[in-house]
Amino acid sequence: MQSLGGPRVYTRQPRRDPAPSRWQYRMQRLWLTPLFRVLFRVGLPCFVIAMVVGIYASDEGRRAALTGTFTELKEKFQNRPEFMVGLVSVEGASPELAEAIRARVGLKLPLSSFDIDLDAVKARVEELDAVANAELRVRSGGVLQVLITERMPVLLWRLEDERLEMLDETGHRVAGLAARTDRPDLPLVAGAGADVATGEALEIFAAAQPILPRVRGLVRVGERRWDLVLDRNQKILLPAENAVAALERLMALDKAEDLLARDVLSVDLRNEKRPVLRLAPYALNEHRKAQGIDTSGSEL
Amino acid sequence: MTGLYQSQRAMRHMRRAAMQRGVVAVLDVGTSKIACLILRFDGPERLREVDGVGPMAGQSSFRVIGAATTRSRGVKFGEIAVMNETERAIRTAVQAAQKMANVRVDHVIACFSGAEPRSYGLAGEWDLQDSVVTEQDVARVLSACDVPDLGPGREVLHAQPVNFALDHRTGLGDPRGQIGNRLACDMHLLSVEGSVVQNLLYCIKRCDLELAGIASSAYVSGISSLVEDEQELGAACIDMGGGSTGISIFMKKHMIYADSVRMGGDHVTSDISKGLHIPTAVAEKIKTKHGGVYATSMDDREMIEMGGESGDWEKDRRQISRTELIGIMRPRVEEILEEARSRLDAAGFDHLPSQQIVLTGGASQIPGLDGLAARILGQQVRLGRPLRVQGLPQAATGAAFASAVGLCLFAAHPQDEWWDFEIPSERYPARSLKRAFKWFKDNW
Repeated sequence: MQSLGGPRVYTRQPRRDPAPSRWQYRMQRLWLTPLFRVLFRVGLPCFVIAMVVGIYASDEGRRAALTGTFTELKEKFQNRPEFMVGLVSVEGASPELAEAIRARVGLKLPLSSFDIDLDAVKARVEELDAVANAELRVRSGGVLQVLITERMPVLLWRLEDERLEMLDETGHRVAGLAARTDRPDLPLVAGAGADVATGEALEIFAAAQPILPRVRGLVRVGERRWDLVLDRNQKILLPAENAVAALERLMALDKAEDLLARDVLSVDLRNEKRPVLRLAPYALNEHRKAQGIDTSGSEL
Repeated sequence: MTGLYQSQRAMRHMRRAAMQRGVVAVLDVGTSKIACLILRFDGPERLREVDGVGPMAGQSSFRVIGAATTRSRGVKFGEIAVMNETERAIRTAVQAAQKMANVRVDHVIACFSGAEPRSYGLAGEWDLQDSVVTEQDVARVLSACDVPDLGPGREVLHAQPVNFALDHRTGLGDPRGQIGNRLACDMHLLSVEGSVVQNLLYCIKRCDLELAGIASSAYVSGISSLVEDEQELGAACIDMGGGSTGISIFMKKHMIYADSVRMGGDHVTSDISKGLHIPTAVAEKIKTKHGGVYATSMDDREMIEMGGESGDWEKDRRQISRTELIGIMRPRVEEILEEARSRLDAAGFDHLPSQQIVLTGGASQIPGLDGLAARILGQQVRLGRPLRVQGLPQAATGAAFASAVGLCLFAAHPQDEWWDFEIPSERYPARSLKRAFKWFKDNW
């Protein structure tokens, strides 16, 4: 009779548990050292990569070949037809200005859009006086679009040497002009430094609206104040300060007394407390005669 | 004596360095297996020290992160017999434990069971200079103990102050700061064969490890197997290992006696092997599967196939009953226990107030051993398992790991030993520069 488990046979050898060799043991301990692990996992790959790169790059020919390949690839990519610009389209400019701008852009088309320095082109275009603002963009289809905001001339400026220039409201030159009659609609200013005070000039012209048909122009005197010149060589000398207010007062006077229609040479408004009229010689004499003052009939 | 003092002090420093690093290995070099545990110390203990509840003897401060055991090679009676084999076995265990813990350990605390430990009780007295006991006075009274002649080639393994007495008051655990005139102390000194320690040192050095402490396995298995009140009231721990059986007696939480019987479970195995003419490995298997010390009528019918590869049918098909196996095992186990009994009697264990005996170690797992031991050693016998410590794998919680676990506790919280105190300046050789320096340090 046997127990329930039945007979057992023991022939198996005990579990093998081989000892590590001395070197194996040391290597394992070394591998468990944190510093060594970091050096092995990070330091060694970094060193190998740096070494390989260094050895490769130490030769001049290889370096040149590498940069050559790179630039060639870059050029190939940049010169693909999708990136080529073949046309300059100028918008928002008059035809003559558009021609000038095209000449000014000065690109040898077709050209890759990577090679176009848009900032430089923009600066070049904006150097033109007639251009207030230029906006450049490369549109699809190889078009370099130049959006132009033109300067609008509001004044004519007669320079010392009888040249005529058109100015915009900020006093910037727009273009030259051959003859006054080309733009009879623009008011005229003259004198050195007139372009600096264009804003005031425009206000004065606005204030002189009632006598505008008689106005010949404004003269800047001493880069300080304005003279309003009417026909019959009448002059209105405006003060340096509050010129518009002074002119408005004169306009009111003119409306009431019809002052400027009389034979007056000049109206001096420079001192606001004491406006001065200068009569023409004939009128002066007649005035004196009427007062019963005997004169020698000189023109003074 | 000074050389030993220095080397033990160096080991203490090494232990402190290991604590700072946070990782230390404990190594139990036994006759049948070598166990290696790797401990990680996580800084200060997490449990607060409140009234009555101590820091749990330091065991809350560490965690076992690696454990490995390997079959021992080249160790006989708990002493290293073949250096290369033992070195390889230590390497195997340490490597496997390191692999599990995934850290490198440099410091190891080791214990061994053999080397014929001998206990001595020493007494010393010292007249206090200024009526308050200082650390200096403790050191002086410890060095005032007159050391007996240990015999040639023997070294001190443990030298623990067990009891202090101040004037007529005795039973002081820590006399520092107390007031009195005459300080006396009792010290327990354990000496072992120096060559065994040297061999172990050499093997550990060959494994690129630093020894941070060394302990007797009887002592450390007592630490782990005796519960706190047993240690306090007095108990004996019998650690039945493979090649030797360690005996330690504890009283008031101090070891007061240790000894070892040079017999263990391996002798039972070899008896089976010789009696039945079978290989040792098979004998070991049969012993662990079917072994016992009490035969019943059921055991007559339980037949055990012994197997064999001789090619002779008659020899390979032999069967024995379990009763026969028990008949072989029991005399040897009885012999071991009787030898232990005689050692305990020689130590005067029967005069102790508590007669508690705890059996632990791998060989204590023989079924029915507690009954047999009760007949030989007295009625208060229990089987002990080591304390549970954090992170210990289930496979390492058995009685066979009592000394490994005790070594963990020893590593975390060692008892004060003689060399934890500074040598008083009188003990330095005269005309030594160190002595002058020490005198200045003490007096200013």
